[in-house]
Amino acid sequence: MFKSVLSSLLENGRAVSLALFALMLAVAATAAPARALDVDVSEYTLDNGMKVFVIPDHRAPVVTHMVWVRVGSADEELGKSGIAHYLEHLLFKGTKRLKPGEFSKIIRQNGGEDNAFTSYDFTAYFERIAPDRLELVMDLGADRFANAVFDDRDIKTELEVVKEERRSRTDNNPAALLREQLSAAAYTAHTYGRPVIGWMSEVEKLAAVDAQAFYQKYYTPANAALVVAGDVDPEEVLELAKKYYGKLKNDVPAPKRVRTQEPAPIAAKRVEMSDPRVASPSIARKYLVPGVNQAPPGVSATLDVLGQVLGSGSSSYLYTELVIRQKVASQVSSWHNGDTLDGGEISISLSPAPGVDVKAAEEALDAALHKLFKEGVSEDRVTRAQNQLVASNVYAIDSQFRLAYIFGAAFAIGQSVEETLGWTNRIKQVTAEQVSDAAREYLKLRNSATGVLVPAPSKAANASSN
Amino acid sequence: MKFFKLTTLTLLMSLLHIAYAQAFEIREVESPGGLNAWLVSDKTVPLITMRFSFRGGTINDPENAAGRSYFLSGMLDEGAGDLKSQEFQQRMSELAIRMSYDTDREHFTGSFQTLSENKDAAFDLLRLAVTEPRFDAEPMDKVRGQILLGIKGDEENPGRIASKALLKTMLGDHPYARVAKGDADSVSSMKPKDLKEAWSSIFVRDHLQIAVVGDITAEELGPLLDKVFGALPKQGKNISIPDLKAPEKGSITIVERKIPQSVMSFAMPGLVRSDPDFITAYVMNFVLGDGGFGSRLMEEVREKRGLTYGIYTGLASWTNGGLLIGSVSTQNAKAGETLDVLRAELVKMAEKGPTEEELEQAKTYLTGSYALRFDSGSKIASQLLGIQQDNLGIDYVEKRNDLIRAVTVEDARRVAKRLIDPEALTISIVGRPEGIPLRTGEAPG
Repeated sequence: MFKSVLSSLLENGRAVSLALFALMLAVAATAAPARALDVDVSEYTLDNGMKVFVIPDHRAPVVTHMVWVRVGSADEELGKSGIAHYLEHLLFKGTKRLKPGEFSKIIRQNGGEDNAFTSYDFTAYFERIAPDRLELVMDLGADRFANAVFDDRDIKTELEVVKEERRSRTDNNPAALLREQLSAAAYTAHTYGRPVIGWMSEVEKLAAVDAQAFYQKYYTPANAALVVAGDVDPEEVLELAKKYYGKLKNDVPAPKRVRTQEPAPIAAKRVEMSDPRVASPSIARKYLVPGVNQAPPGVSATLDVLGQVLGSGSSSYLYTELVIRQKVASQVSSWHNGDTLDGGEISISLSPAPGVDVKAAEEALDAALHKLFKEGVSEDRVTRAQNQLVASNVYAIDSQFRLAYIFGAAFAIGQSVEETLGWTNRIKQVTAEQVSDAAREYLKLRNSATGVLVPAPSKAANASSN
Repeated sequence: MKFFKLTTLTLLMSLLHIAYAQAFEIREVESPGGLNAWLVSDKTVPLITMRFSFRGGTINDPENAAGRSYFLSGMLDEGAGDLKSQEFQQRMSELAIRMSYDTDREHFTGSFQTLSENKDAAFDLLRLAVTEPRFDAEPMDKVRGQILLGIKGDEENPGRIASKALLKTMLGDHPYARVAKGDADSVSSMKPKDLKEAWSSIFVRDHLQIAVVGDITAEELGPLLDKVFGALPKQGKNISIPDLKAPEKGSITIVERKIPQSVMSFAMPGLVRSDPDFITAYVMNFVLGDGGFGSRLMEEVREKRGLTYGIYTGLASWTNGGLLIGSVSTQNAKAGETLDVLRAELVKMAEKGPTEEELEQAKTYLTGSYALRFDSGSKIASQLLGIQQDNLGIDYVEKRNDLIRAVTVEDARRVAKRLIDPEALTISIVGRPEGIPLRTGEAPG
């Protein structure tokens, strides 16, 4: 459902005076972890098992309403990749009461905006609107959750839209194709190795019956949460939630999310791709690490600090070593994402400096990591990383959307409000020794997959013609 | 499952007038030294957000130094005063400051955020960046490498190729057609003295506009403004550029690339922001192709035919001219069909304008959703800066919805006729498009 943007066209134009670039989220949201502190979160459970989270934010007359479902692309059956995302599109195509597109039209007519997003572990739908319209949105949201209809003709047209989305996001972009290949290589068994949008060969075969089955299995109230942030009173939100979402029935029990677990990695993986559309080489690497649900206590926070120390910003370890000291890279960055139902990842991305061989750059990266294993991470770096992570919480609460997102995503992967709010403290407790040990333990090559993207020797036709 | 009386509720809600309650007060703060800023003071979140800009962006770049202001925007956090690049970066990360610079055609913009507890130290670092940038050779070479990589990447990016080709065809050598990053030759030969020149010509108090939001009072802000910007020279040269003259006759340019999707940019002559028809044009364009779902183009091209993931149009309105500009991408085999639908919609809009119902719906949405642009400190700051840049006055936030409501269907029809000219549609396509009718003499290259 996402808007592509005119940004490349308007490069540095004044499109901002228009409401053109409304809201941008990737199909696969892999935002860095940043959880809120000092926020009041009210949590309720409706009789049907649906969770309700309310986060008051009275700074503006706006409310953000989200419905989070505990299902994502990693829950898809073999051969049906892309169905979670396709279903998300189809839920804008009408219900027993609403015609295709009417949901969004009503939201617009009430001065609101709406959209949705799908990731590996969750699917979420949101509306942003004036607080006095919240009841309307809940009525519509509950209807969509239970009464979607899948009309044959609309379904076919929408499948074409999804295929165009895949072409835009992935097939037209060699770096995106490499990322897809890298994930596929990194996971031996787990479904995190499949793209959220699905393989084209499977997407084009998706049918109404697949969407219907997926919807019936996963869209049950006990498998979902309502998140409301904004200029509202929690008790009033709860009453409305009871009135609309409370009436939804669990026709089937909330499905168990049983997924194939990734076996402990024993071999480094590697993919190499050359493409005439590549301007300059690049390296992408990911290490499979335990996610927040599997990691021993404190380890996920340690890995957050490690990701920050390694490659967040121009004073990070890898940037200092490879860009500033050795000048073998133009850019390098790294991040940790452990906010997952199953395993997490530490990712590194690197652009070799002009004239530097991609192989030499990769060797320099490995040498820099070895040096870090040997010498350990300095106290000073760890303290700075902790400061930045803790501050990122404060920056996050400036955004109402982000606030709602944080608690919705936590619900989707089974993290409690307390665990979410306790993140700041866990970050503060991490020691330099723990970070050094975690680097040695988790950044072993056998835990990794490395992707190398290089220009193809002969370039495609560049000629401009009519 | 049985459901409630949705239709009744929906209708009732739609008929209600959406009251826009402005939840904040904008104050104009004048510093003891005579600098002005717009301030929204709000202690809810312990953060301070500042956005500021200087008039003059890429249009400031001399002919022989394309990309100069873009280069400058990458160098202002690379060392200042006694702090060398790495020391400056470390200080930023210790204080968890977020500071970045950007340039567009007409403005050089700074974005700055700090935790309010670090206010004094953070504004001190901002002062250094703004008034004493260093431009050391080593960080300059680093940033140069990054820009060159960006330029190379853009040469293979279908969207970038399409927009560059479009602007070249439509605007020729006009400064508005410039690519911010410049070209490999000019960037390779950029010297510290060039950046110093760029800095001293852009960073001038008379060209400065400031918006501040968050945990700070007017009394605290005044002296801080002087501290940060007070040392800059007051007056600078005003840049004058020729008015834009976009061609009245359209054309198609195809840049062949072996990609599965044809990426298209298109445009027609537009209007300047100060044009009395701007708001009407904005509402009319909303019906046509802005606003995503619900626009005519999105309905016809995506929802009805499944030809694309998205099609959008927008007004690019500058001081000396403007364009009505748009983009769409579709599989190569459907390029011709997509363009046919686009043209048909343009003809329809030019001839008949929006319907009464479409106009009302657009007005309801645009007025009702205005508050959504003000729900965070950083959003408020960018709105306030934009309003200053466009010279719309400090009461614009209160007046804006009335301006939208005042647009009549007659106005909208007239402005649609004035702006939408399918004959003037210039298109650039990157890919291997099929079904594009070629008329001799139509393409420039």
